[in-house]
Amino acid sequence: MAKRIEASNVTAYYGAFKAIENINLTVEPKTVTALIGPSGCGKSTFLRSINRMHEVLPGARVEGSLTIDDQDIYDRDVDVTAVRRMIGMVFQRPNPFPTMSIFENVVAGLRLNGVRRKSILDEAAERALRSANLWDEVKDRLGKPGAGLSGGQQQRLCIARTIAVEPQVVLMDEPCSALDPISTLAIEDLMFQLKDKFTIIIVTHNMQQAARVSDRTAFFSIEKTGDPGRLIEYDNTQKIFSNPGVKKTEDYITGRFG
Amino acid sequence: MTTTATSHRTRPPAQQPTLRARRLPKYAAAAIAAAALLLAAAFVYGTGTGGPVLVVVLGALLYLAGLYAAANRVEGRRSARNRTWSALIHSAFVLAVLPLASVVWTLVSKGAERLDADFFLTSMNNIGARDPNGGAYHAIVGTLQQVGVAALITVPLGILCAIYIVEYGRGRFAAAIRFFVDVMTGIPSIVAGLFVLAFWVLIVSPWFNDGRPSFSGFAAALALSVLMLPTVVRSTEEMLRLVPAPLREGAYALGVPKWKTILRVVLPTALPGIVTGVMLAIARAAGETAPVLLVAGGGAAINFNPFENNQSSLALFVYQQAGDASRYAPARAWTAALTLVALVLILTVAAKLLARRNRLGR
Repeated sequence: MAKRIEASNVTAYYGAFKAIENINLTVEPKTVTALIGPSGCGKSTFLRSINRMHEVLPGARVEGSLTIDDQDIYDRDVDVTAVRRMIGMVFQRPNPFPTMSIFENVVAGLRLNGVRRKSILDEAAERALRSANLWDEVKDRLGKPGAGLSGGQQQRLCIARTIAVEPQVVLMDEPCSALDPISTLAIEDLMFQLKDKFTIIIVTHNMQQAARVSDRTAFFSIEKTGDPGRLIEYDNTQKIFSNPGVKKTEDYITGRFG
Repeated sequence: MTTTATSHRTRPPAQQPTLRARRLPKYAAAAIAAAALLLAAAFVYGTGTGGPVLVVVLGALLYLAGLYAAANRVEGRRSARNRTWSALIHSAFVLAVLPLASVVWTLVSKGAERLDADFFLTSMNNIGARDPNGGAYHAIVGTLQQVGVAALITVPLGILCAIYIVEYGRGRFAAAIRFFVDVMTGIPSIVAGLFVLAFWVLIVSPWFNDGRPSFSGFAAALALSVLMLPTVVRSTEEMLRLVPAPLREGAYALGVPKWKTILRVVLPTALPGIVTGVMLAIARAAGETAPVLLVAGGGAAINFNPFENNQSSLALFVYQQAGDASRYAPARAWTAALTLVALVLILTVAAKLLARRNRLGR
């Protein structure tokens, strides 16, 4: 299931503004990788360029190469929707589709990609909701609107929606920043379980969270406002948090800047 | 110790912050209003300067002044201002609703006279000036067909145009389209009628009609489309812009193609607003007289074929009956006006219910 991701010399622009420059990093399958760094350093931009969501914004483009098991996803003949089915994404704010019920939200990815058989959808919905630790809470009200759930439940619904299409990689863009500590804990537990099946890359501003959930940590930073973000250090999480190799990483982690 | 405690306790109460304030009694507003009206009536009728309208206007002004004075005296300046502005806002609401209520009342009371089965089941064919019967069947058919055809043309076209502007349009071309849609909003209906008269009735229709120009309900529908299109485009555009970008991104991130995202996520989310916009456009079109007069010509007989010969419409029927010399015509005009308003109301309510069921359902 899970795949290896290799970024080499990835540079991303918003119009004329260069947001990240020459990012090189390799993500091993079935691991959790945390991207940390100060605001505006390009973590989210890099994350969004992994499943080609960056180019959704007008004027945004990516240079360099990003391969997933040796296929470059930025090749000219690559189907963007296939890339995004393979690399799912969970956003900062829960965004269930307001016109759809809980069930429809979970199977939206399958249904909108042409799966019609009720039995397949039912089975996929239950599997995804169980994986997202949400099944017991919603199994009696699958027909109710997804927007009626609490924030933490909505975020788990979005995770269920993402893993229902059975991606290889799950990208999470600050998935807990809008949630309370208990919902955060539920989602962190979930990441531990999902690690068995998926490769997970998570952007977080919460360094304890990065230390808790991730195997590897990448530290991004910028020189000053307007400069492109760069990858400063990328290593095992334990090493980054106990004995970082670069002074700047240490300063950031100990709270001396950023 | 005791002295300090005592001095602390005997501090003047004015320095203690208090949450309580003196309030006017509940009946004060009503009492002031009654007094103001009485005073105004006494003045107006005493001096013989006017009637009930002047009493109400003068009474309202006196009420505002009295309320401000009383509140200022008892409750203080801030509260007095608050009360005065609240009263002003409420009276603005009443002023806005009054004409509406008046219109509805006039329509119902004057339209009731001819509100019979005959009105809805007969046309004006062979009805002379001395005949008390006759009805608007032909006009109702005309309105439904013309507005229906116009909606069939504008709704898909308008929604697609709005989707292009919001989802696909980039740069100058999209800006130009937006600009021209804005310009179209300001086209007077008579100009739309003239345009269709010159283009469709005089140039195109002879091809289908042995070389002679022909009025038709379809021509009226075209003119109404010209009027409806900008309303539909602008309101749909606003609604599509209100759909949060994260919803689109959520669908993209599931590997859903853009067109399907628009069709299955964006449009359903914006649907109730789009329906409102479409119904506004339909209501406006249903009330247009000039273009129908210019290009459909009106007529007394029932014509079910919108592509050939004259057709009437309710608005045009009202116009013609209101100006007719027959003593029975004004009653027909009022009932037709009532019918038109009821028709638009029913359509709007039905569309809203449909949109809501669509949103919750399944």
